Amino acid sequence: MATARSKDLLTGLLSRDPRAIGRAISAVENNTESAADILSALDQKAIDRTLVLGITGPPGAGKSTLTSAMIRTLREEQKRVGIIAVDPSSPISGGAILGDRIRMMDHALDQDVVVRSMATRGRLGGLCASAGAALRIMAAAGCEIIIIETVGVGQSEMDIVRLADITLMVLAPGFGDDIQAMKAGLLEVADFLVVNKSDLPGAEALCMDMDQVFRDKRENDGIPRVLQTVASENQGTLQLLTAIKTFARHMEGEGIKKERRHKALDAETLDWVMEILRPRFIEAMSKKAEKKDPRIRAKELIHEFSATLNDE
Amino acid sequence: MAEQEQQTPYRVLIGKPGLDGHDRGAKFIARALRDEGFEVIYTGIRRTAAEIAATAIQEDVDAVGLSSLSGAHLRLFPEVISELRTRGGEDIPVLGGGVIPDEDIQLLLEAGLDAIFTPGTPAEAIIHSFTEACRKGTDGDSKK
Repeated sequence: MATARSKDLLTGLLSRDPRAIGRAISAVENNTESAADILSALDQKAIDRTLVLGITGPPGAGKSTLTSAMIRTLREEQKRVGIIAVDPSSPISGGAILGDRIRMMDHALDQDVVVRSMATRGRLGGLCASAGAALRIMAAAGCEIIIIETVGVGQSEMDIVRLADITLMVLAPGFGDDIQAMKAGLLEVADFLVVNKSDLPGAEALCMDMDQVFRDKRENDGIPRVLQTVASENQGTLQLLTAIKTFARHMEGEGIKKERRHKALDAETLDWVMEILRPRFIEAMSKKAEKKDPRIRAKELIHEFSATLNDE
Repeated sequence: MAEQEQQTPYRVLIGKPGLDGHDRGAKFIARALRDEGFEVIYTGIRRTAAEIAATAIQEDVDAVGLSSLSGAHLRLFPEVISELRTRGGEDIPVLGGGVIPDEDIQLLLEAGLDAIFTPGTPAEAIIHSFTEACRKGTDGDSKK
């Protein structure tokens, strides 16, 4: 049963009310009662239409600045844009400083730029689920392009990137050579490589290295995969967006987007399973301390858990 | 569906309205709150009251903290409150800190500020005020 509150939020989403969008995302992020009502009533067509871009890369490469530059260009094209900016939670206090907005404040009063900062909250993969829900809420609230921005280190960030239809890896000169980039493993999932701060020394060499790495991908479709930007000067963003749009059309035609969305939904579903089960298993473990081999104990816990399901 | 037992973190916005660029105090508070488990959205220096209010609404924060060291607090702090109100965020508590003369504190509290901190306020007291404000600012649904 949809409660009065979730009905209000859904009406608010349709009328693009910023308060309702913010509250709806909080509801799913905090996994509250309204969350299920809201998520099940979202406009699926709007969700299918949106293009989701993932922007990742090392701290300081210029992800937020590039995001802001892309917002500017997209706004000139009258596109309504959503941004999910992810920063890590402190593993010690659980708190976080979410500072990506500083670079995006130029758009603070633009009603068609919907920004949400999210902390990783130390969950193994749970963020993937809430970020996925947040982007569907933004899509339902009319965002045509949604950018997920995250620091490209660690598994949970990699998972978030998988929510995107198209992934951009942002690098800047001075972050190490091509071997560093290959190690990161991110190049394999990235569709585009953006060499930002390309007015700095070393940018040319970095581009040549990356061109080498990306050679295989480029041959397939003729779309440039390594692009240079100076995001702070708004240079190169138009070319980047043009390449992204060409690729988006290509993806749509080949059914790649559909396939990626499908995989993303599977990953999110798995995430929810973990989110829902985790507290129950933590509770079960806290009831009796055992010195058994963890694998054996895990199997026993699952066995006991499925027995309780049959009782219900 | 089984709800998680643990308390979800409070979300606060820390912002500096107006033209003063001294953000050491604001950053100190942001770090102190992070270390107490808050999620702090930091919007940087030289923002307008409208920008801060619009951001607070988008981010669905439980409270807003403002810092001003330039003497413009009597104008800027209430302006944030009125900008929040026009955007449907009248329920979001606003706290303020900075170089604020004693005689202004009562005026600001009367203008709707939830709490005022001065250079002598201990960090624990500030965190306590934020916790109280967030508890109040949280609507029924967004936290359990």
